[in-house]
Amino acid sequence: MINERSLISVLQKGLPLVSHPYAEIAKQINSSEDEVLNYIKLMQEKGDIKRFGLVVRHRKLGYKSNAMVVWDITEEKVDALGECFGRFDFVTLSYRRPRHLPDWPYNLFCMIHGKDRDDVKRNLELMIKSCDVAGVNHEILFSTRCFKQRGAIYINCDNDDKNTERAAV
Amino acid sequence: MELHEHDRIIINQLQGGFPLCADPWHELENTLNIPAEEIISRIERMKTEGYLSRFGPMYHAEKMGGGLTLAAMKVDKSRYDEVTDIVNSFSEVAHNYEREHELNMWFVIATESPEQVQQVISEIEKKTDIRVYNMPKKQEFFLNLKFEV
Repeated sequence: MINERSLISVLQKGLPLVSHPYAEIAKQINSSEDEVLNYIKLMQEKGDIKRFGLVVRHRKLGYKSNAMVVWDITEEKVDALGECFGRFDFVTLSYRRPRHLPDWPYNLFCMIHGKDRDDVKRNLELMIKSCDVAGVNHEILFSTRCFKQRGAIYINCDNDDKNTERAAV
Repeated sequence: MELHEHDRIIINQLQGGFPLCADPWHELENTLNIPAEEIISRIERMKTEGYLSRFGPMYHAEKMGGGLTLAAMKVDKSRYDEVTDIVNSFSEVAHNYEREHELNMWFVIATESPEQVQQVISEIEKKTDIRVYNMPKKQEFFLNLKFEV
């Protein structure tokens, strides 16, 4: 029997870059290559694994600016607009989330990526026009810093050059 | 270091999936038309140089029984670093962004069970004396984490 927890935690570190990666994983968790392959397949079929592959650092690849754009959309229109926003290739996420009135009236969130802030703003203009939401209450929240738990590294989100990574104090 | 044409092919093709078979590299050799050894060494190099963060599965936290939410706080500038340290000291906090808004700290909480989300939020509120706004996903319209290069 395969130990699900061990498999999940070993996989989390990433697939070993060796000629037979699944055999290598099997060795680490006292299982067999076939069991590992079948179990990963099963997790994919069940939807436990959303996708399996490379995870890129988008800032390093030139998408240096990211903004969370939040909208206050009436319940009747939220489905249609959530779908509409998701159709743009620069949008990576479109979710409905709860409002927190009166402080936070926004219920539709999307993430927009771009080469820089102007690029993000141009993309947003395009969305507003195409989805016909001019006049709808929204805000754009640019990120200025981000902190990744793993490795305790601060990254300056808007200037992804050699000076931007520094160890957390 | 610039990306080579082969790096681009690897990035664009391997974000969506990876062969599940004993020798995946040789299967990729045929589909990408790049020698297996070269694929491995290019992935290794791009990881070292920081183009790739990981190579493996992206789990569906909620389906696997876990809890997941997006949380936000209004943090006074003078306390920002202190509060960052408190929030990030929780192992359940996956990543934490500073954003330009009154609600200026945004972070993801991922827990082993759904009930633990509220527990972590309460503890953060107690330790920082700042309200945490809980904004879990209610409906997913679209999610794409693939980037073309």
